[in-house]
Amino acid sequence: MSFPWAKQYEPSNGLTKFLDEKLPVPRLVYNAVGAGYPVPRNLNYMWNFGVLAGFFLVLQIVTGVVLAMHYAANASVAFATTEHIMRDINWGWLMRYAHANGASFFFVVVYIHIFRGFYYSSYKAPREMIWLLGVTIFLLMMATAFMGYVLPWGQMSFWGAKVITGLFSAIPLVGEPIQVWLLGGFAPDNAALNRFFSLHFLLPFVIMGVVIMHIWALHIPGSSNPTGVEVKSESDTVPFHPYYTAKDGFGLGIILLIFFTFVFFLPNVLGHPDNYIEANPLSTPAHIVPEWYFYPFYAILRAFTFDFILPAKLWGVLAMFSAILLWFFLPWLDKSPVRSGHYRPLFRKFFWFGLIPCMALLFYLGGAPAEEPYVMLSQIATAYYFIHFLVIIPIVSQIEKPEPLPYSITEAVLGSDKKAVLGENTQPAV
Amino acid sequence: MIRIIAILVGLGFAVVALVSFGVGAYTAATDDAPDTHLPYKHPQDVNYSFDGPFGTWDYGQLQRGYKVYKEVCSACHSLKFVAFRNLGELGYTEAQVKAEAATWTVPGIDPNTGEASTRPGEPTDYFPKPYPNNVAAAAANNNAIPPDLSLMTKAREDGTNYVASLLVGYQPPSEELLEEHPEAAPGPGLYHNVYFPNMNLAMAPPLTSNGQVTYDDGTEATIGQMATDVAAFLTWTAEPTLVKRKQTGWPVLVFLLFATILAWFSKTQIWSAVKPKKTKA
Amino acid sequence: MADTAATTAATTDTQVETATGEFRRRDFINVAAISAAGVGGAVVLLPLISQMAPSKDVLAESTTEIDVSAIEPGQAIKAVFRKQPLFVRRLTPEEIAKADAVPIGDLRDAETLAERTKEGHTDLLVTMGVCTHLGCVPLGAAEGENKGEYGGYFCPCHGSHYDTAGRIRKGPAPTNLLVPDYEFSTDTTILVG
Repeated sequence: MSFPWAKQYEPSNGLTKFLDEKLPVPRLVYNAVGAGYPVPRNLNYMWNFGVLAGFFLVLQIVTGVVLAMHYAANASVAFATTEHIMRDINWGWLMRYAHANGASFFFVVVYIHIFRGFYYSSYKAPREMIWLLGVTIFLLMMATAFMGYVLPWGQMSFWGAKVITGLFSAIPLVGEPIQVWLLGGFAPDNAALNRFFSLHFLLPFVIMGVVIMHIWALHIPGSSNPTGVEVKSESDTVPFHPYYTAKDGFGLGIILLIFFTFVFFLPNVLGHPDNYIEANPLSTPAHIVPEWYFYPFYAILRAFTFDFILPAKLWGVLAMFSAILLWFFLPWLDKSPVRSGHYRPLFRKFFWFGLIPCMALLFYLGGAPAEEPYVMLSQIATAYYFIHFLVIIPIVSQIEKPEPLPYSITEAVLGSDKKAVLGENTQPAV
Repeated sequence: MIRIIAILVGLGFAVVALVSFGVGAYTAATDDAPDTHLPYKHPQDVNYSFDGPFGTWDYGQLQRGYKVYKEVCSACHSLKFVAFRNLGELGYTEAQVKAEAATWTVPGIDPNTGEASTRPGEPTDYFPKPYPNNVAAAAANNNAIPPDLSLMTKAREDGTNYVASLLVGYQPPSEELLEEHPEAAPGPGLYHNVYFPNMNLAMAPPLTSNGQVTYDDGTEATIGQMATDVAAFLTWTAEPTLVKRKQTGWPVLVFLLFATILAWFSKTQIWSAVKPKKTKA
Repeated sequence: MADTAATTAATTDTQVETATGEFRRRDFINVAAISAAGVGGAVVLLPLISQMAPSKDVLAESTTEIDVSAIEPGQAIKAVFRKQPLFVRRLTPEEIAKADAVPIGDLRDAETLAERTKEGHTDLLVTMGVCTHLGCVPLGAAEGENKGEYGGYFCPCHGSHYDTAGRIRKGPAPTNLLVPDYEFSTDTTILVG
């Protein structure tokens, strides 16, 4: 679907006419990210991060395919081939650093993208499907990133594989056999490394497929916007191209400046020194942590230390998975008639003074050693995390009195909208 | 309905987390757990030529560090990811690399019988390992396997400074330390070092006297000098592309800055048609 | 851009104004921005392409030392030089005579046996065991193998015949078997590479 005023694709020459008749890819692109896609005119820079996430997905696939040309997924040589890439392959160090830091930046932009969704309630009807697909992408990304981190076969790779597959051993009765099945052995070795490599190569293309569905689903209702008021008329929108292609181009420039500063000048600060030690099944690193983008969920995992009816280990695993899976239910937990946090005073307070500090704390605590006071702090933050999404959001959306919405996006941008002045429709529809 | 279930689930997780918190807080308040953290020191900051965004290699220092590795460290520590040919990057000529490689003995095969033998190194050979396998390494070193040094400075926090500090950090434990942490006394076969995280390590002090290595360039080989030189050398072995990386970074960033500024102007210009003007007309 | 500054509530409702008015400067900026993106994209191709070229360890020149004292006249050995087969053959006097008897003008790739061997060692023919047609390993080095119509080497893939000096005589190969750089380190050992 598109808005009735969307520009129509006109093939201009023989070749594009031929293509349009036989395989209308140019028309598809035109309607998806070209002038044929009308977008709310008031999107702020928070709306850049979807396109940036797409960019980093492509970057990861390109550098990843290159690295796979030189890497060997065998426990006896994996570490050495990684060093071979760093030392002997032409530009191999650039490819590997871009891939390693690319994963971090992919997560940075996706986290911002997700939290933009939280603040502006982008998950609400009619965009539930976009949100569900988005959470699916995030889960696939986590699986892919985890398996990718195992591939260099350093100490953190090895013990990460052991600890994360160990999560499954918390499941009563079938847990241990599942862990052995996942690893293809009793400890990570060749079998695990090979299957992780295979899946690490496959999953990005699955992600790509879900991303295409995510964008497809987006084009049915069209993009949301900072006011949360739906598009009413042509004056509310601008064509995606050139307006948002230009804006996204600028945003891409900024993020690339930061990205390449890391790649060229701080390539290892987001990693861990222990992963430059070859995997050693006989000795665990003193301070074992996952990559930074898993910290919040790792902190939740470690917050459960007391056997309360169920074993603490099982509580931790349940809570960690629930912490992400509950995002799937957000569209039905938040019943507020208003989308944007701009017009929701109570929701906004909980967002800025509850969720954001809670997440910041969880990010910090996930990387901290498992000792006091970090564990106690993570227990409080974990409790708030669940209360925020599962208790505060449903209740606030019931009791809150939203602030008045603008009549339309045009009015929000320009201060007035002719249609509103004419009194065509004084009731702000949402 | 879904929201009622959600509220119950949310409260459930929160309660269990808070119970854990309560138990933890109670334990922390009542249990007087001894502080198990040993007061080891963080490495001293030394200035190296390759520090900072404009850093470059100091070939003289790398060559001195190589000599320290060869004459001291290589007795126990391998350097398995580095080949003799790589020494060409330290400012040696091709002939010097060849001659240097030939001073090392590497494992080979007798061409007539196929039996294991040794031969002089060639530039394409990698640095030989001092022990044939881990068992031999452990047996010769009181059960502690000397780690490979190729990546050592990347495998430790603040690695270059750590290596240099560790080499000069051997000293007997102080009275106050032993009073507070009796476990910090070196056990049999261990040596006390204030920069090592658990304060005692199996490596005997490798640099013991000034002039232990005779530098070709006339630099005075104090223990501190040898420690920083070999730390610099090991920084190069850990990342031979370090300087190239930084030098590639600058043109990339400058170009990106230029392109981003252009993108900004282009974006402003495109949007000027639809942006309400707040400023002077 | 003062003309478009009048984007007020009254005008925007009708149509979002696209850049139709002014031309020169706007177009210049956009073209420059797109060109910069194009240049950036092109530069990115450089590492992506060159990563597939041989890596430093592959390019590092290696040498192979071969003891040739045990090779009897009429025999040949196969050695390995840079991951490729190397043929070292001790020629019999008849083979030398046969090679020298060929009129140089009859050859596709004109070279004499003397040019293909070292002075004082014309009986020792050192060539790569790689057919110059498409890279198969020719037969004739091992005992009992087909030596082809000219008594040297024969490539079974596409039927190239080499003579006793390793020169192409018949078949599709364009040039003689390659003689690598080598020298006698002693009277009985050669150093290849």
